[in-house]
Amino acid sequence: MRIKRTIHATLALLMLFGAVSTACGRSLATQVDRVQPKIVKLYGAGGIRNLEAYQTGILISADGHVLTVWSNVLDTDAVRATLHDGRSYEAEIVGVDPWLEIAVLKIEGNDLAHFSLEQAAEGRVGERILAFSNLFGVATGSEPASVQRGVISAVTQLKARRGVFQTQYAGPVYVLDAMTNNPGAAGGGLTALDGRLLGLLGKELKNRQDNTWLNYALPVDAVRDSVAGIIAGQPQKPPEPTSIPVRKPVDLPQLGVDLVPHVVDGTPPFVDAVRPGSAAAKAGLRPDDLILFVGDVLVQSINDLDRQCGQIESGNTLLMLVRRGEAIEKIELETESSQPRRPRTGESLR
Amino acid sequence: MKQNTLTILLACCGLFTAAQSWSEVPQEVLEAEAARVDVVADASASTLAVFGPQGGGGGSGVVITPDGYALTNFHVTQPVGNALKCGMSDGVLYDAVIVGSDPTGDVALIKLFGRDDFPSAELGDSDQVRVGDWALVIGNPFLLATDFKPTVSYGLISGVHRYQYPSGTLLEYADCLQTDAAINPGNSGGPLFDAAGRLIGINGRGSFEKRGRVNVGVGYAISVNQIKNFLSYLQSGRIVDHATLGAVVSTDSEGRVVVADILETSDAYRRGLRIDDEIVAFAGRPVRSVNGFKNILGTLPRLWQVPLVYRRDGETSSIRVRLAGVHSAGELAEKLKKPVVQPNPERPGPEGPAPQPPMPQPPAPKNRKMPPVVAAHFEAKSGYANYYYNREHQRRLAEAFSPYRAGIASEGDWRLEGTFTDAQLEGPVRLDLSADRGTIDLPHYRGRADFSGPLFEYLDPPETGGLLVTLHLWQRLLQRGIEDFGEMQYLGRMPAETGAELDVLQSVYGGVEVRFLFDPVSGQLQGMEMFAEEEVDPCEIRFADYRAVGESQLPHTVEVRHADETYGTLRAEKFTWGEGIDR
Repeated sequence: MRIKRTIHATLALLMLFGAVSTACGRSLATQVDRVQPKIVKLYGAGGIRNLEAYQTGILISADGHVLTVWSNVLDTDAVRATLHDGRSYEAEIVGVDPWLEIAVLKIEGNDLAHFSLEQAAEGRVGERILAFSNLFGVATGSEPASVQRGVISAVTQLKARRGVFQTQYAGPVYVLDAMTNNPGAAGGGLTALDGRLLGLLGKELKNRQDNTWLNYALPVDAVRDSVAGIIAGQPQKPPEPTSIPVRKPVDLPQLGVDLVPHVVDGTPPFVDAVRPGSAAAKAGLRPDDLILFVGDVLVQSINDLDRQCGQIESGNTLLMLVRRGEAIEKIELETESSQPRRPRTGESLR
Repeated sequence: MKQNTLTILLACCGLFTAAQSWSEVPQEVLEAEAARVDVVADASASTLAVFGPQGGGGGSGVVITPDGYALTNFHVTQPVGNALKCGMSDGVLYDAVIVGSDPTGDVALIKLFGRDDFPSAELGDSDQVRVGDWALVIGNPFLLATDFKPTVSYGLISGVHRYQYPSGTLLEYADCLQTDAAINPGNSGGPLFDAAGRLIGINGRGSFEKRGRVNVGVGYAISVNQIKNFLSYLQSGRIVDHATLGAVVSTDSEGRVVVADILETSDAYRRGLRIDDEIVAFAGRPVRSVNGFKNILGTLPRLWQVPLVYRRDGETSSIRVRLAGVHSAGELAEKLKKPVVQPNPERPGPEGPAPQPPMPQPPAPKNRKMPPVVAAHFEAKSGYANYYYNREHQRRLAEAFSPYRAGIASEGDWRLEGTFTDAQLEGPVRLDLSADRGTIDLPHYRGRADFSGPLFEYLDPPETGGLLVTLHLWQRLLQRGIEDFGEMQYLGRMPAETGAELDVLQSVYGGVEVRFLFDPVSGQLQGMEMFAEEEVDPCEIRFADYRAVGESQLPHTVEVRHADETYGTLRAEKFTWGEGIDR
């Protein structure tokens, strides 16, 4: 699947489609088995009301450092960490980062299977993922953690506020399309299909206004420095705002395309003007072109076109089909633009 | 919208080809997709939407034989009664009847009528399923399928050999499969397939906590290997029970699984298992944790005899233990009369039973008319889900057994002469059996028993557990046949020590319990077990070396065992009956 990605590094959508189809039918058991030794079931304080006494952690060093989320579970002297094969250890808290709400624990051990935070991967929108966690505490003793699959729906900033996804953490997150953030799942590992670490499953977050739950993970980039600091025994400080770049959707005006005025719902996407020197001009787009296809999706109106562009990450070559007079022209638009970005509404993806 | 798309595509002919070449999908992807579409089509064909007789209730199910046997959850069939309606993806609604129930394992076997070529699912091997394998959940979530075409969801196997504690008193999910494929209310009883479309489980439960009774990516399926163990039991028409070892196991400070407590009346105790013994393996599977032990035990039916390996002071011993029922006689039936406790829907626990669709349940009127085909295949009897099927199996066995007793008079005295061998000696033996008494002349002992009173009073010879009484019941079976022996019950099949599966008929006669073990194919009687009392070791007999005697076929080797010891072997040389016996 990753080979396919490199070859077809053209259309985000096309890529996603291809990836989904190929992996189906082929078991992921081997990859899962390789990750399970790096997942730790944690048991500590809780067990009353809606506070579970268990969560998940991931091994991040051969000598037993465990990364997890900072929660009520760790609010005791007796946190136990159980590995996938049933080996169980007392875990000692090395340090916490109250701003990121993460904690590093330490268990006895050497030569333990572990994730390397240095070699972690960066997740992209549309990337397929596996989530490993001690959800609902169903895996006991020597039972390995539960595994779920999903797709990164968005890479965005977590904008928490009172009552709405209330959390200390305000930084980049991977938003997932699967129900990964169940009770006990916090601190679990988010990996790519090949088992490379992408992030740490976050605490349960509920929007009290509409009763929705957020399924998300903290990118490794957002926690790496803090973890290194905790292990080195340095005092924690508030994180720099936004430490990883968030990819924007394709923005046609920014690429130099001006469409005809959007007067009625069904207005066809005719190009009105092309800014000289822009990416659109370089791609050969001309005024009066009618945009028919974006990727392999038919766009019948400006609304369609906007919706479609909003679902595609910039940073790739965008294929379009346009009608020019009686001819059909193929346009390859480079969406990584050196033009200064125009302000958009908010930071989140559409 | 579709129409529009087509028009534009046709109008721009060149565009059409251009778009085609862009979305060039590799051949292997197309093939994988086509293969999956085929698997889904096949798997959907055997999937059922299960309803009550008036269309109430609702859940899912799956057909497992072409003649219409199908699996679903006990908690799906229980509220709707004995007659069911099952919709299939061909859009046809079939009549069905309950066959057998496993309330503890949450499984019910039903039988559909109307075809002898039902599309049926191939049973897979759930022990081969690995975490990370793809899985299909097919069924009728939220009762969406008004045309009975089932809904398909796709996901990963998230966990295997999971243990889910009983909710209330019943519905224990042992050794179950966990998947993130969506399981919602209405999926209960429906199939979990592997990527090749083989049935690996029956969906029935999910973890729900504060997010309402909908899928949170954590569903559980009863493993098909557990169901295979129970299948013949379910086909017997009984309400079947799970097993207990009669011992409590726990983990000691060194992480070993040890016996923490044991009933002195249990078979395991009589076989030598004691407190603090470490359980190494059970039923052929290694035991590494308490949950692991419960997982194995939870998949075994009552009365099975399974191997157990334990370690004491560094010495390892292997025994075969008989498993008692979790519930005492009649207790299960009694529990089922009470409504199954439903957890508070506001706060369903993680162990809550599988989702019940929010459908109004019609009250079950006692005299509701069953469809004729269902009425013809249903017989109510206490302790049974449907006695009709038990009677059918008794009839089948009686028919298969009849050639072995051809020409044997329905009464009269018997004499058997031959040699007796045990570890120490060999010598002549003479056995005399009449209606009211029996004698056996062994080289070292003369045994006798009176059959006119309660049979448990004469357990002669000693150390046999009641050989004469057992042979008396054997004579009765041959003289009267299965039909006229007395009250009989077909239990199902059990694995013999050889690994072969044997059909088991059980009867209580003269105050003792007797089990007859038949070869399922030939109908040959392979063995007997006679329990003079509850909680004592039985007299066990194995028959072999069948040869013609007149018109009948009789065993010429009779091996006698009791309490782990072989008592000896009788080799028959001469059978005499009726007038021929010289007193």
